Amino acid sequence: MLAYILRSLMQGLVVMLAVAFIAFSMFRFVGDPVVNMLGQEATLQDRAELTERLGLNDPVALQFARFVGDAARGDFGISYRQGRKVSALIMERLPATVELAVLSALFAFVVGVSLGVYAAIRRDGWIANLVMSLSLIGVSLPTFLIGIGLIYIFAVELRWLPSFGRGDVVMIGWWSTGLLTKTGLQSLVMPVLTLGFLQLTLIMRLVRSEMLEVMRADFIRFARARGIPERRIEFRHALRNTMIPVITIAGVQLGGVIAFAIVTETVFQWPGLGALFVNAVQFVDVPVMSAYLLFVAFVFVVTSLVVDLVYVALDPRLRTGNPAMAK
Amino acid sequence: MKPRFLALAAALLGASVLALATAEARPLKWAASGDALTLDPHAQNEGPTTSLNQHIYESLTERDHAGKLLPLLATSWRVLPEDPTVWEFKLQQGVKFHDGSALTADDVVFSYERAMQPTSDFKGYLTSVEKVSKTDDMTVQIKTKGPNPLLVNNTSSIRILSKAWAEKNNAVKTQDFKNKEENFAVRNANGTGPFILVSREADVKTVMKRNDAYWNKGKVPLEITELTLVPIKQDATRVAALLSGEVDFVQDVPVQDIARLRSQPKIKVNSGPENRTIFFGMNVGSADLKSDNVEGKNPFADKRVRQALNMAINRPAIQRVVMRGESVPTGVIMPPFVNGWTKELDAAPPTDMAKAKALLAEAGYPNGFSTTLHCPNDRYVNDEGICQAAVGMFGQIGVKVNLVSQSKSIHFNLIQRNPAETDFYLVGWGVPTYDSDYIFSYMYHSRTGSQGSWNATGYSDKDVDAMIQSLSREVDLPKRDATIAKLWTKLKDETIYLPIHHQSLSYAMTAPLDIPVDVGNNPKLKMVSFKGS
Amino acid sequence: MSTDPARTERAPGRLARFWDSDIIWSFRSSPVTVVATVLAVLLVLAALAAPLIAPYDPFDPASLDLSDGFSRPMQPNEITGKVFWLGSDGQGRDIFSAILYGSRVSLLVGAASVLFSLVIGVGLGLVAGYVGGRTEALIMRIADIQLSFPAILVALLVFGVARGLIPPALQEQMTLLVLVVAIGLSNWAQYARTVRGSTLVEKNKVYVDAARLIGLRAWPVMIKHVLPNVAGPVLVIATINLALAVIEEATLSFLGVGMPPTQPSLGTLIRFGQQYLFSGEWWILLFPALVLVLLALSINLFGDWLRDALNPKLR
Repeated sequence: MLAYILRSLMQGLVVMLAVAFIAFSMFRFVGDPVVNMLGQEATLQDRAELTERLGLNDPVALQFARFVGDAARGDFGISYRQGRKVSALIMERLPATVELAVLSALFAFVVGVSLGVYAAIRRDGWIANLVMSLSLIGVSLPTFLIGIGLIYIFAVELRWLPSFGRGDVVMIGWWSTGLLTKTGLQSLVMPVLTLGFLQLTLIMRLVRSEMLEVMRADFIRFARARGIPERRIEFRHALRNTMIPVITIAGVQLGGVIAFAIVTETVFQWPGLGALFVNAVQFVDVPVMSAYLLFVAFVFVVTSLVVDLVYVALDPRLRTGNPAMAK
Repeated sequence: MKPRFLALAAALLGASVLALATAEARPLKWAASGDALTLDPHAQNEGPTTSLNQHIYESLTERDHAGKLLPLLATSWRVLPEDPTVWEFKLQQGVKFHDGSALTADDVVFSYERAMQPTSDFKGYLTSVEKVSKTDDMTVQIKTKGPNPLLVNNTSSIRILSKAWAEKNNAVKTQDFKNKEENFAVRNANGTGPFILVSREADVKTVMKRNDAYWNKGKVPLEITELTLVPIKQDATRVAALLSGEVDFVQDVPVQDIARLRSQPKIKVNSGPENRTIFFGMNVGSADLKSDNVEGKNPFADKRVRQALNMAINRPAIQRVVMRGESVPTGVIMPPFVNGWTKELDAAPPTDMAKAKALLAEAGYPNGFSTTLHCPNDRYVNDEGICQAAVGMFGQIGVKVNLVSQSKSIHFNLIQRNPAETDFYLVGWGVPTYDSDYIFSYMYHSRTGSQGSWNATGYSDKDVDAMIQSLSREVDLPKRDATIAKLWTKLKDETIYLPIHHQSLSYAMTAPLDIPVDVGNNPKLKMVSFKGS
Repeated sequence: MSTDPARTERAPGRLARFWDSDIIWSFRSSPVTVVATVLAVLLVLAALAAPLIAPYDPFDPASLDLSDGFSRPMQPNEITGKVFWLGSDGQGRDIFSAILYGSRVSLLVGAASVLFSLVIGVGLGLVAGYVGGRTEALIMRIADIQLSFPAILVALLVFGVARGLIPPALQEQMTLLVLVVAIGLSNWAQYARTVRGSTLVEKNKVYVDAARLIGLRAWPVMIKHVLPNVAGPVLVIATINLALAVIEEATLSFLGVGMPPTQPSLGTLIRFGQQYLFSGEWWILLFPALVLVLLALSINLFGDWLRDALNPKLR
């Protein structure tokens, strides 16, 4: 058990190092950091001096070590475009993205699991069929089109909901929240629906197919033979066994939700990390790009660690073995 | 006794009404398509940046919405009768910075010196300046290299910041990356202007509150209590935000939405010309182009090629379809507001594809050639659409043009790099000094020292340079105007740039706001009144 | 998840059974699938034959006439009198032709990137399954990471890096290639997982040992046996990924990092059309969006059916 957790931790560390190396290579080799920082008017002497100060003449291994050390302390340098500390930018944008992503994931999970269970239990009912067909349309609808559609209907024609931004936010310490004001909550509705929709359809389809598979398993047949009520079988036995893979996937998808926010944030001009990243890509603002990459990797490592632990808690057989093998 | 009492009562009444009016919160949300690049008042000579900064920082003089020069931080100015190379400015008494310190001549001298630093984007306004000095606390003298009768025109663009504040916060120079420090002035501000910076998140919003201690308070309405600038890049979202009441004022109304907005009962749209011309620039200076398919030769270096391209542009069609009438086609890169503009210069060559093809063939390109056009997609009205249309028109005479359209800061970077990294580009030029000299020295002068910084064409002509330099020293105005006319005749004939049109602007706002279009596209929101007009 | 035993169950001769009557029957009995397939085939054919069908060449800017701009669908243009079936955009570009050419770009990028990720994914899956040990752990760990990084992020990163590395003059010509690589690199992990699973199962079979015993190299034998087994699942993944890739390309173009305005893909067309959400020129946004959704939907429906048909347990 402890060994398993330690191994997960080690793997997470290796992943972080690998991603850090990619981020470092981007910083070091994409564009010329010195030119990007000083601009074209700088003198040769200025450039040489900055190159020296930034340690760009040192061996690459040393530079990488320094980069990792800085990153571990949250120091990602200065944004080429905004001239501000990248860490400050990220902290400023983080609350917007986290609130959006967590609410979307919650929405997708609750609605997705309910609809999936329903579609599995009433697998031949017309509502279930309708839901399944709609879910396919959902998979085929690009996120940005959903966003544009919602804006057109609810912001332009009906004028019920705001079309962009977070509305009024309240500061709790350094955390800005939109959950405590009316405009803040209104502003959340469309982005949450847009971002959650794809995840919703994925979770729903997954729940349905897992549940159908579980319902065919022997232990369910035995349960039926023993005369246990159908409701109880469905919700006690089938659902519980369905949830193991669903929680795994949903957990891993949380990272996905955060990064998928890129598109949603752009459409709704949501002042989060995704919008920051898209702007950074357009401006080739490498410090921001590499910091964002590390951030997403960090979220991924943490969520998959948590998922691994939940997995162990839910499935005693895995407490000794390697979960990858059991899959 | 009695009248005096009445006057006092009236004054008190007036004061209490005023107090009532000021107590009421009057926020205004202002949407624009792009954000200011920085708050540093001398870092970027760019429209949206100036648009925001002018509300926080002020200059010695200002332009009203029609372009008229008015006193601001300077109450009066004159050229010293004993020395025509020295301008003297008397400063306004009682002006306070947002931090409470008083404006003195030291701050003005400091700000001008800061604006003349190599990294300043405003040094081009002050090329003729030799030295700025204070005579006393409220008097500043600007000594020019030769007599410059029009220097005062340039002062409306040089914003004044507090010397003590800049020194304390390490913002005397531009950003010092070496110490991984942020330049304080990029995100913080301390001006004398009608609004005080509260918070700024680049690309998200900038919040300002009314400066209740504004020195000019009685003279301007200054009714807005809180001013928020929100950049909204997407056209549709920006208009939606106005229609749904999320913002009160949209600075960049997309031309396609003007008609719909006009038909809305509670929305007012004001349109008018901007002091800005949109045009293409070509790399005429290089021996060979990187982006073309012609080996060892630069087709743009041949005047006939440039004339052919100029003739291929169907300006009326661009005006009608791309701009929906919101532009004035032109044949010169000078808006009509500018000293030196004439109707004859403004005339554009008629579209003539046959003649254009003949000219190309004469120049040795009967089958045309190919090149790449760089275009911004978030700066000027329908900039990407203009480029697309022009690419089609150039294609019709056999010049195959690849189009690369991207965000303004990348685009401008290509142009400003030395040497420029583009052979063919779209740019728009506004003329805050209302004089041709500004266009000449930024766009036509060779790229040397502080001049020609936006001249990415590689055009360099010693005679032209000499004539441009003479403009800032010529005291005899008719003689100076004659030089300007001579320069324009020569330069228009050279066809270094392909002019397209003078841009028109539309502002949309919720009633009863009535914000007039500002010819410099720097709306003066201290003038806004909620009482209507 | 217990899918591996299922695979072994239906492992032998999958390719042979692919066309057997069960499948054909299941296909015929699902009218939705038939409609979707016909639609998908029609859209793909129309896109391939774009130069033959399209009345105009929207990629040739020289052929555009600004005066044709903003023509309403099926109505003669006020100035030129020309009729455009689905209207024209602000440049006078025929929307119908632009959609045909645009879907061609979208499908080309989609297909090429699917092929790219398929080759990488199958290759790495084979290596992982066969070599095992650290190599396997490394490859599968990378696949895990890749799967959890959404495609759009990977694609944006690749795009950003390419933008920094490729000189500005070449960027436009390279856009198509960069898109293919960006989207391809973001979708290979699923193939790798499937192929690895199948390879693991095959590796322990007697014939592999037998082949080794008689001195044959095990590699060719493996490939010969593994590939047919994974053909079904890989085909399903590829089909669904094609729809995903088309959407991804549209999203990138929508974000402004995709195809240039002079060679619009469906996503670029939607980006332009979005400007006219208010001004009444609805056709510029609606038709390309509709085609994009129909294209993705019909491919998805087909892929969905294919998955169910190849996995009898679910039907």
